[in-house]
Amino acid sequence: MKENEKERFMPGHGACAGCGAAIAMRAIGRAAGKNSILTIATGCMEVVSTAYPLTAWKLPIIHSAFENAAATASGIAAALKHQKKKTNVIAIAGDGGVFDIGLQALSGALERGHKFLFICYDNEAYANTGVQRSGATPLGAVTTTTPAGKHDSIEFKKNMPFIVASHAGTYVATANIAFIDDFENKIKKALQSGKPSYIQVFTPCTIGWHINNNDTIRLSKLAYQTNIYPLFEIENGIIKLMENTSKIPIENYLNMQGRFKNLGKKEISEIQKDVDKNYELLKSLNGKKIFLN
Amino acid sequence: MKNKKEFAAIITEAGNSIKNKTGSWRTMKPIVLKNKCTACGICAKFCPDGAIIIKNKKMSVDYEHCKGCAICSVECPSHSIIMKEEKK
Ligand SMILES: Cc1ncc(C[n+]2csc(CCOP(=O)(O)OP(=O)(O)O)c2C)c(N)n1
Ligand code: SF4
Ligand SMILES: [Mg+2]
Repeated sequence: MKENEKERFMPGHGACAGCGAAIAMRAIGRAAGKNSILTIATGCMEVVSTAYPLTAWKLPIIHSAFENAAATASGIAAALKHQKKKTNVIAIAGDGGVFDIGLQALSGALERGHKFLFICYDNEAYANTGVQRSGATPLGAVTTTTPAGKHDSIEFKKNMPFIVASHAGTYVATANIAFIDDFENKIKKALQSGKPSYIQVFTPCTIGWHINNNDTIRLSKLAYQTNIYPLFEIENGIIKLMENTSKIPIENYLNMQGRFKNLGKKEISEIQKDVDKNYELLKSLNGKKIFLN
Repeated sequence: MKNKKEFAAIITEAGNSIKNKTGSWRTMKPIVLKNKCTACGICAKFCPDGAIIIKNKKMSVDYEHCKGCAICSVECPSHSIIMKEEKK
């Protein structure tokens, strides 16, 4: 078997069948190119790709702890700068390693302006340790630490892309594995920009979300079409929204997933209202300078 | 640790995970209808396991690593991949 030379995330990794994050890793490997160094925070993608003495990566990767992928990336970037080498530095972490425990390391690295790309694969929970809720878990979702669903109306999903974009001089984008070429293009764009960059990619977790293994891409498309996971870029403080014209009700998205099985009609209509309000806000901001950086 | 100078667990063989034959996980097996498949490569991009090979305008499945998730079967625009129960 002749392997495709562009592939740098190889078969034999231990991700669950149908894992969305593994699809994202393959795209990262292709888009990054061979002149790249990775660091991955503890979480599913680190665990499944580097079970000693095997690695799925055809790129150098340094294992980071749960909280410090951005600090490791800062060190790699600083060393390469000193050596006058132009090598891509890419940090990868799950939503827990970004929204929660990795936030201060990321904020510090962005503020210091290190040239690296940080990719958050967002499976909306701490999947690797048995699906606990994170700051990225959406309202209403069942996790092992929110058995009745993340209901408390103050526990919204954190707006992480906006938090990152409020750091001066950054390139920020959201992406979705259903639009895999768009994701790869954003990776290339971020690396070419030379700016501290952040891409947050939507990646369903089959076991955590209680979905069929074969529904991963179908569900990802719905996340975009229902507006629950809008796609946008923020560059030089200006937001550019990839507008969505299909008006599919959020119910279609929620009903495919066991993690939302507790929701009644009233809650679903409340989620619909939130999704609509958020999307309208993004539309009203589209093309505008929303951050002074 | 074999060597005292080794201060961390270092893997020096890139991509050696291919030794791990994850095809044994499979309960459903994708079968390609060769006369329908146009080798467009959509399934290959969406395979979490990189277990679909497009070569010389032909598509084939790497059964040593395919875990049988069936994303390929759902996403194939020409409905050329059917799932059959695995018999091992
Ligand atoms: C300081 C610290 N606390 C807890 C853990 C245990 N731990 C390992 S992975 C993980 C969850 C990771 O969640 P996320 O970043 O979302 O990645 P995912 O597993 O979802 O891919 C936790 C809590 C750890 N490794 N280090
Ligand atoms: S638990 Fe979820 S994110 Fe982790 S490998 Fe399995 S499907 Fe992927
Ligand atoms: Mg996670």
